[in-house]
Amino acid sequence: MLNMSDIMETITMIQEENLDIRTITMGISLIDCADSDIDKSCEKVYNKITTRAKDLVATGEFLEKKYGIPIVNKRISVTPISMLVGVSGGDPVKYAKVLDKAAHEVGVNFIGGFSALVQKGFSAGDRELIEAIPRALAETELVCSSVNVGSTKAGINMDAVKLMGEKVRLAAELTADKQCIGAAKLVVFCNAVEDNPFMAGAFHGVSEADTVLSVGVSGPGVVRSVLSKMPAEASMTEIAEVIKKTAFKITRVGQLIGTEAANMLGVQFGIIDLSLAPTPAIGDSVAHILEEVGLEQCGAHGTTAALAMLNDAVKKGGVMASSSVGGLSGAFIPVSEDAGMIAAARDGVLSIEKLEAMTAVCSVGLDMIVIPGDTPSEVIAAIIADEAAIGMVNSKTTAVRAIPAIGLAEGEELNFGGLLGYGPVMPVRTKSPAKMINRGGRIPAPLQSLKN
Amino acid sequence: MKDTARAVVTVIGKDTVGILAKVSGACAASNANVIEVTQSVLEEFFCMIMIIDIKEANKQLDELQAAIQAEVPEMQVHVMHENIFNSMHRI
Repeated sequence: MLNMSDIMETITMIQEENLDIRTITMGISLIDCADSDIDKSCEKVYNKITTRAKDLVATGEFLEKKYGIPIVNKRISVTPISMLVGVSGGDPVKYAKVLDKAAHEVGVNFIGGFSALVQKGFSAGDRELIEAIPRALAETELVCSSVNVGSTKAGINMDAVKLMGEKVRLAAELTADKQCIGAAKLVVFCNAVEDNPFMAGAFHGVSEADTVLSVGVSGPGVVRSVLSKMPAEASMTEIAEVIKKTAFKITRVGQLIGTEAANMLGVQFGIIDLSLAPTPAIGDSVAHILEEVGLEQCGAHGTTAALAMLNDAVKKGGVMASSSVGGLSGAFIPVSEDAGMIAAARDGVLSIEKLEAMTAVCSVGLDMIVIPGDTPSEVIAAIIADEAAIGMVNSKTTAVRAIPAIGLAEGEELNFGGLLGYGPVMPVRTKSPAKMINRGGRIPAPLQSLKN
Repeated sequence: MKDTARAVVTVIGKDTVGILAKVSGACAASNANVIEVTQSVLEEFFCMIMIIDIKEANKQLDELQAAIQAEVPEMQVHVMHENIFNSMHRI
């Protein structure tokens, strides 16, 4: 039987500690929409998305009311569009526009999958898609794009890295009048996962079933609140234990909502992504959890260790709570979307170098980092290469979502509004890596033994 | 998980006369059967948890919550399906 304290705990988590379901994301395969005529292909894409996802938003809203828990985002991920471009040829922006139209039609917040996987090399459609990314992001509203440039098994495609440095910059330039939002919808991955429900990096991998429903839970506020009740004498062992227990409870809610939504929509349940995803709202910050562990401010020495413990404890608690865990599953550290990170970056305590170290122990990477508007594309490419190297060597997903703030310099701030938040322009090293970036080629895959 | 047709109503706030009557009245008007009530008053602070059967209810849970809230506007009212509590606190 339910007891009073359990019931009150759940209600407090939702009402006061911002526990929510961050996203329910429907993954839709578009393989069967490929056609050698791009217009026919686009028509099939539109029809498939608007048929499969027509009840997605209504189902989410129904479950919100039934369980009294907010489901913040309803989203769609699709097969990497480069594969369709490879078959049909033509202007890839046409696909972006049709995705945007379908997303508006079914009422989702974002649609991801304007993507290409080029870790080992470019095949038909890949280069065309990458060339079209900045324009696609400028001319659509809800489309998100990602490119995988490296993996542990294939190494890093440095030609793609160079290209992505240019595209990130161009995406920001083309949307300079809209807070450079283009770059905020573009992620460059190493070891991208095929079942990630979180934007902007979501796409529906080719090994996935035709249509699946995945869930991303959230709850930094809940974890922080539990830690705030722990005495100062509590050991790190005890802290890790209590985080595990809390993650278990959070994940159970995700499992409930995910399986029920999948049943209602008549599709297969995909995975739960255990990531702790912050928002700019007060009390919903991963940085504040680290500070609650015992750091004066996020970015201080010790941050990497605290984050490693947090990330691992969240996974351990979550794994047992769900029948199927996947996606990125870890703590996110998007600077502009986390009140504590924003404060630490403003104070100069949190630097890009420290963030880079943090990404070695958590998902996912240098995320939502605002860099000076005059940063050359080679420097952006080099940031991508560094981050990809961390992912490649450590067999984990890493990513870069950096926003060159066109027209702004260090010390100024860029405000995206909404969930994407706001952030100060962070300084980058200005010495040029151009010679290395222009070499192109491939960084060979790392040895999987002699691990030191 | 078995899909039961029960919901949990919680009402929290400053204690006044007739809260239980008003809340159970709103449940009755919605054709929701009250199964169990736990209530405590600590100093002035009133906290009630009510389990109701919603098999025959004539309202969705958010509408029921609004109906109860209208009866006791000063109180914090939540109506949520039982399964969310079961999933979180039972293995």
